[in-house]
Parts: sequence; C-alpha cells; structure tokens
Amino acid sequence: MKTYKTYADLPGAPIADVPSQEESTAGWRTTRPVLDPKNCTKCYLCWKYCPDTAISVNDEGWPVIRYEHCKGCGICATECPKECIVMEKEV
Amino acid sequence: MAKVVMTGNYAQSYASKLARAQVVAAYPITPQTSIVEKIADFVSSGEMETQFIKVESEHSAMQVCISAAALGARSYTATSSQGLLLMHELLFWAAGQRAPIIMGIINRAVAPPWSIWTDHTDSMAQRDTGWIQYYCESNQEVLDTVLQAYKVAEDPEIRLPVMVMEDAFYLSHTIEAVDVPPQGAVDAYIPLKRSPWVLDIEKPTRMGSFMGPDIYMEYRYIVAKAMQESRKVIVEADEDYGRRFGRSYGGLLPTYRCDDADVVLLTIGTASCTAKEVVDELRKEGKKVGLARMRVFRPFPEEEIARLASSVRAIGVVDRSWGFGYAGTMFTEVAGALYKSKSKPLMKDYITGIGGRDITPQVLRGIYLDLLKVREGDEEMEWWGLRRPEKEVKHNA
Amino acid sequence: MPRFSIPEQELVYSGHVACPGCGGGLAIRYMLKALGPRTIVSIPACCWAITSGPFPRTALKVPTLDTAFETTGASISGLRAALDALGMKDITVVGYAGDGGTADIGIQALSGMIERNTDAIYFMYDNEAYMNTGIQRSSATPFGAWTTTTPADMDGTWKTEPKKSMMAIVVAHKIPYAATVSIGFPEDFVRKVERAKSIKGSRFIHAFCPCPPGWKYSPENTIKLAKLGVNTNVFPLYEVENGVYKITMKPSKPRPVKEYLGTQGRFKHLTDEMIAQIQERTDKTWNNLLALEGFSKEHPYCGL
Repeated sequence: MKTYKTYADLPGAPIADVPSQEESTAGWRTTRPVLDPKNCTKCYLCWKYCPDTAISVNDEGWPVIRYEHCKGCGICATECPKECIVMEKEV
Repeated sequence: MAKVVMTGNYAQSYASKLARAQVVAAYPITPQTSIVEKIADFVSSGEMETQFIKVESEHSAMQVCISAAALGARSYTATSSQGLLLMHELLFWAAGQRAPIIMGIINRAVAPPWSIWTDHTDSMAQRDTGWIQYYCESNQEVLDTVLQAYKVAEDPEIRLPVMVMEDAFYLSHTIEAVDVPPQGAVDAYIPLKRSPWVLDIEKPTRMGSFMGPDIYMEYRYIVAKAMQESRKVIVEADEDYGRRFGRSYGGLLPTYRCDDADVVLLTIGTASCTAKEVVDELRKEGKKVGLARMRVFRPFPEEEIARLASSVRAIGVVDRSWGFGYAGTMFTEVAGALYKSKSKPLMKDYITGIGGRDITPQVLRGIYLDLLKVREGDEEMEWWGLRRPEKEVKHNA
Repeated sequence: MPRFSIPEQELVYSGHVACPGCGGGLAIRYMLKALGPRTIVSIPACCWAITSGPFPRTALKVPTLDTAFETTGASISGLRAALDALGMKDITVVGYAGDGGTADIGIQALSGMIERNTDAIYFMYDNEAYMNTGIQRSSATPFGAWTTTTPADMDGTWKTEPKKSMMAIVVAHKIPYAATVSIGFPEDFVRKVERAKSIKGSRFIHAFCPCPPGWKYSPENTIKLAKLGVNTNVFPLYEVENGVYKITMKPSKPRPVKEYLGTQGRFKHLTDEMIAQIQERTDKTWNNLLALEGFSKEHPYCGL
C-alpha cells in the first residue's frame, strides 16, 4: 500500500491507481461459504452471481472461493442448484 | 499582424480559435451570446476545428469542459452572471481536478432585480473556487489575456482553470481595432501538450475518488500551492507574450503615474481606462494622484499592494461589487493585504457602478478629490453616487 | 476450458467496499463484462462513488472519472467530445449513475445528453432510493415503500406516489436504444449491454438492482428478488430499439406481487388492500406494455 508522509508524495491531481483488491474484505464475514465440489456440475452460477468477484474458476474448471475478498453474503449458497455450498459460522 | 475591428466578445471567440480549443461547450446568456455565435460561425465555415457542444445549461457546459479536460482536451466556455452562479459547485470541481479550462466571463449584475448591465458581483462571488481571475480593460487585452490564460493554466506546475473577465457592454458589445496575432506565433506560444494528470485508456486510474482526513488536507494544500505559485507564472506569461507579440500588461497590478503619488485609486475592469484620463487631468492641475488596476484578483497581488502602500498617503478602492454584510469585495482584500505591511495608508471604499451605473470621468474626478481630502477617522466606506433622501445627505464643508 | 454464459473477463476488482449482496455491484460487473476494457466510466455521487474505498484505490480496471451528483449526462458528453477531438474513436463512454442521480437531480443533464444524441451509454442502476445517504426516497422509489423519509409509521406516510418511468422519459427523446435489465438474468443483461454498445448515438440502460440494507432483506436473497421482480411483472424486461418495443421476458404465469413484496421489510406495513392495489397497478402497466409492443411495430415511438 502506498503511504503519503507529506503532501509532496501525492499526485498533482486526485488520481487513484491502486487496485482495490489489495484490500482484504475477509473481516466483514460473519458466515463463510464452504464449497464441496462433489455434486458440482460446473454451472458457474456461484461465479456469475458473486457481487464481490470473489469466486474464480481454476484450471480444471472448478469454482474456487477466494476468502480474502468474500464478504459472506451467502448468494452463492442460495443460488447453487446442487446445494454444494453451505454457510458456516465464522469463529 | 492583422487588425480586425471587433467587440470584446469576438475577441474571446478569436482567442479561443487561435488557441485551438478542442472542446467548446456553452449555453446562451445575455451578454455572452455573441461569443458562442461567432464560434459557431467559425466552426460551420471550417475555420475552427472543435467539438462544439450546445448544452442545455451552464452547469452542463462546465461539466463538459471538466470531463473533456480529464482526458486532456483543451477546452473553452463563456458565461455571465446567473450562468456563472449556476456553475458555482462545478467551479470547485474544475480547480480540484486541476482542469486547465479557460472561461470568458462577461461581468453582469446579479438578480433580483433583473439587470443585464455590468458589475462584478458574479465573478467576485467565485473568489474562493480555485480559479485564476483576470479582469480586462480593452478588447485587445481580452484577446491577449485569453491566450496568456492558456499559457498559465496549462503550465505543469499550475494546472488551474482561469476566468477572463470583461465588463458587460463596455467591452462585450463595443468595437475596437484589435491586433489578431498570426496562428503560427500563437501555436509556438501555447503548443498543445499532454499533461500527466489526465485519464488514459491504457492505464486505468480513477480521478476524483474520495480522500480521508489523513490526506485530504495535504491534497488541498497542493492546489493552494499551485495558486500561490501562479503569481510568478502569470508575470512570466505576460512578459513572454510581450516579447513575442509586442504587448504586455504589467503583470497582476499594473500601475499608472503612481511613483510620486500622494493618493492612489485602485480600480478594476473598464473603469480603469476612464480613471487614467482623470489622472492625467488632475496631474495637470498639480494633484499628485495615481492609479493601480487590479488586473489579476486571484491570486491576489498582495506584494504589489504592499509596495504601493509604502509610498502613498491614501488608497481608494473603487468596488463594482458589494459583499453583503461587510464591504466591497476588493476593499476587504486590499485592507487584508496591508495588515502585515509596515506602512498603512488611509483607505476608503467607493462602492459605485453597481448594475451598470456609469463610472464617468466626473464620477472618478469626484472620488479622487474626496480621496485627496481623506483624514484619519473619516468614514471608510461610501456608496458613491447613491441617490439618498435629502435628510441623509451630508453636506461637506 | 470452462464454458461461461457471460464474458469471463473481470473488469471490477475484488476488495471494493460495497455492502454484502450489493445489486449495484453485480450490475457494474456485468456491464463492464459486456463493454470490455476500452471503456471510460463516469460516476456521479452514488454508492459506487465510494465503493472503491478511499484514495488511492480504484475498483475498476477501466479509467473512471468522479463527478458531481447531477452531471452524468454532461460528463459523458464531455468525455465523448474529448475523445472525438483527440481522434480516439474506439472507446465506449458510459455513465454509471444511481436512480436519484438519474431520475431526480441528474434528469436535466440526462435529457440534454439524449436530445443531443450524444454517442454514449447512460446506465442507471436502480436500487429505488438514495441508498448511499441512508435510504431516502427518490422519484424511483415504488409506491407503498418505506424509506427513512417515508417512514410508514402511519397510514399514508409511506411513498404515496408511483415510481417515475425513466424508460418512457428517455424513449420520448427518440433515443436509438433503451433497455431494462435485471441482475437476476445476467445473459439477458449482457446481451442488451452488448447490443447498446454496437449502436451509435445515445443509449440508456435501466438496471434493477436489489439492495439488502435499503429494501430490508437478507443479502443472500439478492438474486431471488432480482428474479422475482421480473417474474411478478413489477420490473418487466424489455428493450426499445428505434422506437419499437420488444418485451424480452414474458413470464408464462406471473407470480403474484405479494410474493415479491412479502420478502422485503420495506413493504411489511402493507395491508392486503394495498397489496391488491399494487397488483392492479402492476397488471395495468404490464398490459400497457404488451399493447405498446404491438402498437409500436407499426408506429415507432408510438408515432409521436
């Protein structure tokens, strides 16, 4: 993360260029989605409906939850037609 | 150089064409309209290559310029009075984004009551928006100043928007022979260059997102610092212009016959030319009077004023605007500049010319004679020429 | 290779600070998937003015300009003008504004932009109130809804006026293309934005974006509601191209509005009588839309 010790470290116009993905939103979660791919049909609804772009698809085509950015909204668990995802309480 | 007979408004149009403004957005308001009508003619005849956006309000005119500037396009707009007031919010936005927009302002009184005639309330009310402000006294100066304004605004250290003011009708609709500099020379004076502080399709960034209390103050300081540093650049741009085109205007606070003056009047806009005539007349009568013209009001010429103060007995300020609840807008600024100066001349504020009331040689002569008589403890403020009921009229001995 | 029904490329970074289950977050994600990387986005005051998080962060992988609340129509005009002036022809300009920024404070700039037929897309993500400032009613808030300024603690203090029809307003400008989309139907959503991208002139997209804190429902139900809004005909999906209406999703058996209203806390005060009234209004609007679809075939822009 960039730091700004003095005004001289700031750009000359209010131009932001650090991707928000450098920030973790994991701490927002009260419940976490846990994916069991046993019944997964690779329909990718979970990937499609994630408002946080926190589900990606790996080289083998399996959806992967990136917990660094998952806020635990539960949409993926609700929308999964095969009930592969369950929400578990964060401890 | 080619002399063309033109109004102050056309001087704005010619200057925006000479500057090759890439985006022009404007909305009609009296007495600004002929600026954009002329630009429309230039565009339709193919003399000017620009994206001319005929917006549905001044507010949108300013936003079109701000967004165009965000991509690095040179932009121009013009307005007046109510139109300028409507833009107020976005004026801050332009400066904060470091958008070097040039805007012609035809100084016109503010409603109600409706008035289309000149005073400076409209632009004085934009004092704190982060715009550099020039006030002109001739059509030639309007054209030259718009070009200088681009030089200053696009200076990499400055990157601030600039307003170029002219008095309604006295300049906007009055014709004068104006030297139109050759295009090549203008291109050399203000070449189109790309700023690093713009959006770039190849490099996704976000311009204007919010800043927390940890750095917002530092960012605003950067803008403030640019405004402070523009003083030097304004003077340099004027001198450079003088070397290239044979005309310069004396920086921020040009003076006239001030060297041995007892009293100096500080004017702004077209009242200044009239005042010069009056100074000459009074000098012939042996009265040691001088004139200083507020050519640039933002950044404020505090050093120039302090220098002036060191040699005169009294400074009169002719304010063509009034800040409700206190005083004329220039007066308070000049008084503020004198606070830290060693010599403190007497001061008097003359509120006059409001809503287009003529500031004639007789008016200014009366003001000079009054100023010559000013003594410690006198009233510091007067609505000069105000038609008062008989019982309020003071009879000066 | 995995097979996706919408473009794979992500142009919204994770780590943005939209609320969990944010409908607007999905809308901008789908929108940029359809528009691709050669896009410039203008964002006024709205939830997405702040969801990048504070400076120096940005949540979008395309250039983004923040502007004042009421300016989006003018801003995208300025961006387009600059691109034209600079000879950059292959870039899509899009304004991403909320319902308040579009239907209320920004409607003048929007109208001006469409009347000039500015070559740009205006995208209205509609969460049906001023959510960023804390759920105050906008002219896009539906009839009967609770908001913090329509507190619904007594009869008649809920939103008593109907939702403003932005589609009717933009179509009245003879806009080349306008469409409604719902985040519950990403394929339809992306297809319409891609269609919009392929057309020159002004284009308008009205996106239905449920908002968990503003509508008072649990965030996992965002997609359910986004679908239910369509399947109850509360938010019909249609497009208007050159004045011809086409309904793109006709529920064979529309669900009763009660199913949609009943899952949201903002409607919990509604009596059966009011729900019946909303059902009646919904049916009427749907029938009007069906009629428009037929009529506009022969009479684009309804002949006006």
